Amino acid sequence: MTNVTTSRARSFVRGLPVIHQLRQSVGLQRGMLVTGLIIVAIFLLTAAFAPLIAPYGYAQLRDAHGYFGAQDPPGPKHLLGTTVGGYDVLSRVIWGSQTALLAIVIAVVLSIFIGVSLGVISGYLGGWLDRVLVVIADAVYAFPTLLLAIVAAIVISGGSSNLLGGVFAAGISITAVFIPQYFRVIRAEAVRIKSEAFVESAKVVGTSTIRIMFRHVFRNSTRSLPLIFTLNASESIFTLAALGFLGFGIEPTSAAEWGYDLNKSISDVTSGIWWTSIFPGAAIVLVVLGITLVGESLNDLSDPRLRTRRRAAGAASIADSAEPADISVQGGGPVDDEVAQFDELEGRA
Amino acid sequence: MNAIATTQAISPETDPVDPAVPKTRKQGGGLGRYILVRFVLIFPTVFILVTMVFFLMRITGDPITASLGGKLPPAQLAQRIHEAGYDRPVIVQYLEYLGHIATGNFGNTITDGRPVTTILTTYGGATLELAFYALIVALIVGIPLGMLAAYFRDKYPDAILRIFAILWYATPVFFVGLLLKLVFSVWLDILPVAGRAGTRTELELQSLPHPTGIYLIDAISSGDPDAISDVLLHAVLPALALGFLTAGVFLRLVRTNVIGTLGTDYVDAARSRGVSEFRLVRKHAFKPALIPVITVIGLQVASLLGGAVLTETTFEWRGLGYELTQYLGARDFVAVQGIVALLAVIVAVTNFIVDIIAALIDPRVRY
Repeated sequence: MTNVTTSRARSFVRGLPVIHQLRQSVGLQRGMLVTGLIIVAIFLLTAAFAPLIAPYGYAQLRDAHGYFGAQDPPGPKHLLGTTVGGYDVLSRVIWGSQTALLAIVIAVVLSIFIGVSLGVISGYLGGWLDRVLVVIADAVYAFPTLLLAIVAAIVISGGSSNLLGGVFAAGISITAVFIPQYFRVIRAEAVRIKSEAFVESAKVVGTSTIRIMFRHVFRNSTRSLPLIFTLNASESIFTLAALGFLGFGIEPTSAAEWGYDLNKSISDVTSGIWWTSIFPGAAIVLVVLGITLVGESLNDLSDPRLRTRRRAAGAASIADSAEPADISVQGGGPVDDEVAQFDELEGRA
Repeated sequence: MNAIATTQAISPETDPVDPAVPKTRKQGGGLGRYILVRFVLIFPTVFILVTMVFFLMRITGDPITASLGGKLPPAQLAQRIHEAGYDRPVIVQYLEYLGHIATGNFGNTITDGRPVTTILTTYGGATLELAFYALIVALIVGIPLGMLAAYFRDKYPDAILRIFAILWYATPVFFVGLLLKLVFSVWLDILPVAGRAGTRTELELQSLPHPTGIYLIDAISSGDPDAISDVLLHAVLPALALGFLTAGVFLRLVRTNVIGTLGTDYVDAARSRGVSEFRLVRKHAFKPALIPVITVIGLQVASLLGGAVLTETTFEWRGLGYELTQYLGARDFVAVQGIVALLAVIVAVTNFIVDIIAALIDPRVRY
């Protein structure tokens, strides 16, 4: 019995989204995945420990020696210089990671929750509700992300935000954009899964609709979620920065936001002041790069046509080949799940 | 901005390698019927978007308070609200709004009283011009590089190109714009910093008898070589900034699809006949891989318009996006609502056109 449990636990860990792919990856793809994971880890650590790392506060204009001075070039006192408003660039870049992370979390959690439930319900139940939701989602999906976010930001914050609530405004407006994306993906999966044998058999034994939806359909339709998660995480950073860049950002006194700083640096650039734009911009690029690298690798690894196979990768990976190459990722998960479902059903019957 | 998402979402559906998962049922129905159905489908799309934007904007209150609240005494404000009819039930306002839109009236801006349709005709050309340049940059850069990446699949040129594509994607369009400006306009000082043309050219173009608002066409019709080069020089940086964004999408898309096509039987057959690998990529695998590119061009219109808003702000390119930002800043929500609704119509119509083109090229798409 314990044997079964430990092997189950091990296969559970191996089956976890990122770990599973990491074990499977090889060569360049592994390099990309690892680089991405490292960047993301640095981003998360920076966000978590911003108060310890940042030399000054995000809204700090002066210290014991007086005001910082505006547009000071990088130097020993301000490693990355100061902005036109007299803030320390380095501090704002570091604090900005917190704002970005918060926006990602709010946006992704909300949109996964709403989008996934709508997708499962719509896909499984079908009927007029499904049709209406699909038409609406398609209409919203075709609409420029940024414009939708602008409209949502106006609704939520009246266009300006002078509290940390601004982050929420940005997060929620990003959610409005993401829901249709999750909805589409999950709905497509739900439609496919509902005709599978294990759903049929669940119906036959009299399982309730809600239980089928969330236990059988939902759990088997989450395969593509990690990928969409990474896409949307980077998109929420973009949207937050773009809103800030267009003047819908969070006031500098309530939080540090990279897009806002970039907006303030437009005129700096014209007069050759580079440090106010390059560093916040580079922060955005780095974080998105890290998340995208992870997402891109996960995508390639989950698509058998794009995945570099161990065997094909040549002699370099022979050491790894002691363990059999898992050729079909797509097959692995759901089949196991199906078996588990059947076990459960038999136990009941 | 949803560049990658669109790529992912669309490639499996229209993937030439895998016709087993068509988006829609295959039925008889000729091209004519398909065009008709697609055309009729535009209306619910536009209707939903316009309705959504209308009600969302009204949740926050009436537009007059938003733009003038605090600037006018309350009595005067109430009078303005009454005159504009914003104190009536929302549903009445909504029906009236729909009626106005149906007749092409998108309302007047609050801050300067211009009809929104005038804003479109004045600045629409500028945005169109920018989006067109950007699309050309994207196609010229993205497609050949995508083929190259597929040809060198998993070797180092592929790795470098893919890292570039990811970098392009990871760099927000306004940051690319700022960097280009910094390097080419300030440090190297070889290209203009901002605007669509120099002051002299701008005056010259506006004095033309029938200006189109598309500066390149105006400059050519003026016949002044200085004006043409001035207009083109101003367009280089914005076009690059916006074009790179889309080029990365095309690169990835072409790469994925060419690699997919290279594994098909007919390519294997050609390979066994001794066709060179380069020719296989260029001739055999390339054309089928173009179909998703066409579909994605349509989807990219939405993101190009979104990107144009940001690019125009970066470069003070006076188009729809620049105006939108200005009105946003002034809290003039009638103007915002009008421009957003107009852009929704443009996106819906472009998607329609692209669907038709895709159907003409690939009969499997029709339903």
